[in-house]
Amino acid sequence: MKRPHFLFFLGITLLAGCGRPEGSSRTVIQNKGSDTLVNVAQAWAEAYQTVNPGIAVAVTGGGTGTGIASLLNGTVDIANASRNIKDSERAILVENGHSPVEFVVGFDALAIFLHKDNPIQEITVEQLKAIYVDGGELERWSQLGVTVPGCSSDKIIRISRQNNAGTYAYFREAVLDDQDFKLGSLDMHGSKDVVDLVMNTPCAIGYSGLAYANEEIHMPAVSSEGGATFVKPTVESAVDGSYPIARSLLMYTADEPEGPVAAFLDWILSDEGQCIMKDKGYATARPVECPADAGM
Amino acid sequence: MAEKSAVPSRLDQRDASWFIDKLFQVLMFVGGISAVIFIIGIFVFITKEGLAFLFEGFSFLEFFGSINWRPTSTNPTYGALALIVGTASITGVAILVAIPFSIGAAVYISEFATGKTKETLKVLVELLAAIPSVVWGFIGLSIMNEFIIEVFDVPIGLNVLNAGIILGLMAAPIMTTIAEDALKAVPDKYREAAEAMGATRWQIIRQVVLPAAKNGLVSAVLLGVGRGFGETMAVLMASGHAINIPTSPFDSVRALTATIAAELGETAQGSEHYGALFALGIFLFLITFIINLAADLVVRGIRKK
Repeated sequence: MKRPHFLFFLGITLLAGCGRPEGSSRTVIQNKGSDTLVNVAQAWAEAYQTVNPGIAVAVTGGGTGTGIASLLNGTVDIANASRNIKDSERAILVENGHSPVEFVVGFDALAIFLHKDNPIQEITVEQLKAIYVDGGELERWSQLGVTVPGCSSDKIIRISRQNNAGTYAYFREAVLDDQDFKLGSLDMHGSKDVVDLVMNTPCAIGYSGLAYANEEIHMPAVSSEGGATFVKPTVESAVDGSYPIARSLLMYTADEPEGPVAAFLDWILSDEGQCIMKDKGYATARPVECPADAGM
Repeated sequence: MAEKSAVPSRLDQRDASWFIDKLFQVLMFVGGISAVIFIIGIFVFITKEGLAFLFEGFSFLEFFGSINWRPTSTNPTYGALALIVGTASITGVAILVAIPFSIGAAVYISEFATGKTKETLKVLVELLAAIPSVVWGFIGLSIMNEFIIEVFDVPIGLNVLNAGIILGLMAAPIMTTIAEDALKAVPDKYREAAEAMGATRWQIIRQVVLPAAKNGLVSAVLLGVGRGFGETMAVLMASGHAINIPTSPFDSVRALTATIAAELGETAQGSEHYGALFALGIFLFLITFIINLAADLVVRGIRKK
């Protein structure tokens, strides 16, 4: 009695399993990773609907680590990254018979965020390091020679990202010289959380992609040569390389892309895709002339 | 004739109902035993994932004695002390907040409120328990943060106090329901006897009802503690998520659960970091198991009386 039923259900399941991919008229590209890139990736996915309605792009954030982990597990087609793939991660892919391909899709300036009442206009990378690095001596705003209105305790509240965010890894590499962070920073899950918290906390300092900035927040100019020249974080200074903490934004595929994935990546690197990047507050991978109204 | 034909048909009926009986018996058994199977399954899974770490990279002294939780450092260290202290401090504040609210509400609902008031209050308390934890977390993050900064003039509002208050309010409805059950279980004859002796309402509650319901109230508090240890989302959002040994309620901390939630999604399966997070899971599981067991034993203490 039981066996035929079991076979019957097995048959149904197999049929359903076979039927779905062939029956569907739309191909879905799975795209996951860096929170820094998630806004622009979503905009790409939406705009690509008009370019090729037969392709749907499903975008998820969660951090560079998540995206690359999913690429390793084979659950995504494209991983978004705001740091380079690690050798260990590349090794796992190669071990499984893949040869990962990297695409530079744009650039991002890592902006330093301060409360709008904070009087600091300029900060050096050395000072940032002394604030954030393990054993760094800067703990109070008065040590930087300022009094922050609304921050009577004078304590510097360090806001950081969770330890697998690409932004976290890049900050550690570019500012902390790969040394450890001082414990006790508030480790936020997303770039937007950093901005929200700094906006409401006079004592705070934070960092994240320039594109997350808003009018309520104050961004000091940064210098990497001990204060010789200070550069404001802007799209232009990220492209020309004068802003000291800017990084490339990347997309990874497990193998040389083919078919719809390749077409999508080509489109991202086209003028149309790059202008969306610019419109979202990032720097483009190459000089592009965009219409003044930026299309959207 | 009529009688003879009736006998086999009745037998048929009995056959069908016997079959249904049997079916439901099996279903009930499966339902009953499934909880046990799931618990054992979860425990085996967590232990299996964490075991490799416990035997290879694990240092007991580092795990329980160091605050250095640096899983993605070039030289990774896995000190969970700050996380354990963080969870404990938040839960401590939460219980201090929740006890007066929940015991007070339970006493009012059980001893004073009558009719419609009582029913409305019970429904409202249950409604409070239905608020999703991410909503509580959002309140902590957006409203309480600014409020605490302004009122107490402290540098940051995401701290032990914030998470403790949020968690206390979250635990209070469940504690209220259990405490009210405990008060309801006190026989009316106790109250009547006390009243006959000329005791006032306050004296009855304080000297007769509360002592008689003591075990139930203690188990309500213990289950609240268990809830506190296990809560994740609200604590992640309201505590500040900072690795830190708190010296005052205004320090930011990080909880065990929040660490697992924030980091597990992004670690490669089978890595040392992954194992370390499961080791935190084993520790959490053991603590909540002990707390729930204690609550159960205390309640069983009542029944013996």
